[in-house]
Amino acid sequence: MIHADDVFRAFEEHRGKAIVTTSGVAGRKWPQTSNNPERDVSLGSAMGQTTSAAFGLALGLPDEKIVLFDSEGALLMNLGVLASIAGKQPKNFVHFLLDNEVYATTGGQPVPNNTNIDYAGMAKAIGYPTTHHFDNLEDLVNDMEAIMNEEGPVFISIKIIPEIENAPMALRTNTPSRPRPQTIKELRAELGIS
Amino acid sequence: MVEQQAAILRPETLLDEFKKNNVTHVITIPDSETNYLYELMLKQDWLDVVPISREGEASATALGLAVAGKVPVVLIQNTGMMESGDSIRGMALDAGFPMVFVVGYRGWTRRGVIRDSAAKYTEPFLNAFGLDYYFVENNSDGDRITTAFEQAISTNRPVVVLIGDEYHGFNR
Repeated sequence: MIHADDVFRAFEEHRGKAIVTTSGVAGRKWPQTSNNPERDVSLGSAMGQTTSAAFGLALGLPDEKIVLFDSEGALLMNLGVLASIAGKQPKNFVHFLLDNEVYATTGGQPVPNNTNIDYAGMAKAIGYPTTHHFDNLEDLVNDMEAIMNEEGPVFISIKIIPEIENAPMALRTNTPSRPRPQTIKELRAELGIS
Repeated sequence: MVEQQAAILRPETLLDEFKKNNVTHVITIPDSETNYLYELMLKQDWLDVVPISREGEASATALGLAVAGKVPVVLIQNTGMMESGDSIRGMALDAGFPMVFVVGYRGWTRRGVIRDSAAKYTEPFLNAFGLDYYFVENNSDGDRITTAFEQAISTNRPVVVLIGDEYHGFNR
């Protein structure tokens, strides 16, 4: 298993000008690594739907590379989206799945069948042309540049170490982050969309 | 005969309204009642049809497209709309973008008693979510789709068009 921070650092080296969005507890740490916040966008606000929003963004911006750091709990809530993505084959879409095997935000309860799901195999079977699976950092670091140069949609599942939140919501100290409307506004300004 | 034709909502009417309002993408799950519309949409080079697997995906996919500067329309059935409650909340109502949902009003009838619970709960659902809606039953109602677009743009909110022609003519 890999620390999410290490995944993000390995990715950031080869990010280029990709637009990045995230879901899940691990995804909340991405802003600490990102060197291009104008191209980071928050699209989440409904259970399991960040994947669909990132898919829509990829369809709407075919000349931009769209990178999603998804989480397995979110994806399981909206699994049909894999077929929707495979059906449209967005060449600019890179779909990372950070699989910590648990619902980290609710105390670490396992997701259904948590240790036995082959997400990359699932994505391959449903029609993603290229898929990868990693459970050690060295392999991921070695392959990241090639992955970012592959034609999408690409699916990369990565086993990560869970960082479980177990305090009552009111007692949690969340990392400050820009609200969704602000990230959208700043991304659109960056892209010249009025 | 003339009266019967006037009562029909032709798929071309919807398509004309979409074009008039610069729609770029239709996010949809095909259903048996709208198959001819679906086939017609696929033939339009100005329109990209985005099939999805479940209606819950629709609002979020539309949001991504709207962020990208495109003009999406969601085309689903009332049953799927009700299944999509949390997505409509988080990805449409809270998003601050204009979005038009064209929703097939399954089970609705002007005559007799409405027995299909899908129809019984459709308008209460819309009212509970605070979603404004327009009713389109035949060709002469078609410009209400433009009215829905105008309202969505002026309010930066989702607006619904209910298609009450489920069982006669819409599928030609």
